[in-house]
Amino acid sequence: MSGQRPEHTGWFTDLDPDDLDGAATAITEGRSDQPRKWPEQAVQAGFATDEADYYDAVHEATVHATREAVRAREASDDQQLQHAIKAMDDCERTANELAERAAEWAGSLFADVDAGIEGAREVATREPETEAEGRAVSLADRAVDLADEAAAIRGFIERTAPSVAPNLAAMAGPVLATRLIALAGGLESLAKKPSGTVQVLGAEDALFAHLEGHAPSPKHGIIFTHEYVRETRLEDRGSAARAVAGKLTIAARIDHYSGDLREEVHEDLHDRIATIRARADADEEDDR
Amino acid sequence: MSDDPSVSDDAPTNDDTSTSTDPVLPAGVERRTIAGTETLATRGEPVYGEPTDGDWRAWNASRSKLGAMFELGMETGLAGGDRVLYLGAAAGTTVSHVADFAGPTYAVEFAPRPTRDLLAVAEPRDRLFPLLKDARSPETYAHVVESDLDAIVQDVATRGQADVAVRNARFLADDGRLVAAIKARSEDVTADPEAVFDRAVDRLDDAYEVLERRRLEPYHDDHLAVVATPR
Repeated sequence: MSGQRPEHTGWFTDLDPDDLDGAATAITEGRSDQPRKWPEQAVQAGFATDEADYYDAVHEATVHATREAVRAREASDDQQLQHAIKAMDDCERTANELAERAAEWAGSLFADVDAGIEGAREVATREPETEAEGRAVSLADRAVDLADEAAAIRGFIERTAPSVAPNLAAMAGPVLATRLIALAGGLESLAKKPSGTVQVLGAEDALFAHLEGHAPSPKHGIIFTHEYVRETRLEDRGSAARAVAGKLTIAARIDHYSGDLREEVHEDLHDRIATIRARADADEEDDR
Repeated sequence: MSDDPSVSDDAPTNDDTSTSTDPVLPAGVERRTIAGTETLATRGEPVYGEPTDGDWRAWNASRSKLGAMFELGMETGLAGGDRVLYLGAAAGTTVSHVADFAGPTYAVEFAPRPTRDLLAVAEPRDRLFPLLKDARSPETYAHVVESDLDAIVQDVATRGQADVAVRNARFLADDGRLVAAIKARSEDVTADPEAVFDRAVDRLDDAYEVLERRRLEPYHDDHLAVVATPR
């Protein structure tokens, strides 16, 4: 509109100085490859009368834009994560099923067809010569697309989770953090759960079997995927699961109620696991 | 007698005796005795219940990496009235002190929850500009943050901290300063911190000349402070 290349225009370009919502949108959604001497340009463009006037406008606009952005992000981000993790699981499961079917079909038509997504990826590059080959190749193509979609969703989760729950994501990794949020039904409800519940989230079947009296109590639910639990020897795994669940619960509470990254929690867990694992080393010493 | 900031507020008793000037401190940052303890201090609205003495608010070096750099006597090159880009503003504890002594200060923070607290810090400071942006993507705020800045102060807790500094070098004037705290644990919890720091400084070399590096013990464990200038 002003003839300037959009990648080199400031947030105030074509903006009415009194339009605070327009300013917020420009700040939140705008982009520029390179910074410029914006105060100077804004005065030249007549957006501000002088530098002080410009900075007053930046202050008012950034505070307004950031308040709106925080409100929007806080309201929706943990919901988006829950949709994303379920969609990712659906895509992965379906991709594997379709890839298996496509490999079986293609194996009857071509030589050297491997199983799995990688096999489907190879089949999808083939040049079909008959109608049957066309259908098998096309099916493989669909499986590959779904696998790629699952990977893209995983990338979204890995980018989003650290901003929604920085401590939980740092401690559990973005994907496990998101699974816990989804199992609890949101960051707020996760933050309100006792640590014993967090420990067995995802092991509801085993828990109810135990409550009905015909199974031992589950030591861990989805947190089994955490390396601190999985890679601790069997005898100590219950202790490790309790320690991990305890600190994850604290991390979720910090994330919900405060949101800043607190190193102490992470160091505490680190130290606690080192102590638990030292038992294995001590036992080995005894055996000598 | 009391540590309560609301009580010490109207006790400007030893205003002159407690002030000492220090060559490495920017104008607007002073060493003062507040509530019986010698501490760094800046002038501005209290933010997090810190002890105050009149207009002066204590700046606790154990809660702020930049504060620790001043306590350790590092030459940050920061001066009063500087135009600053602060990356990793979090809830605004340190950036509130920076805005007290600096000029226009752009504060970038990625997580919504601490940004809510940062807003409360920014509101009474008319030259502090809060931005909910990802410091790894400077193109999402280069339309707001101006060029030729005097300083970037960086305290981000993500992997690739040196990378963040390199990508943001575009905002600095030729003689500007990068004042960064690199946290070893954010890069790799298992590696030896010195190895992590060497790798980070190597990466900084792509865009900066490193003027000084120093660890922040005893104020902060496993943190390296780096002062650098663009190449």
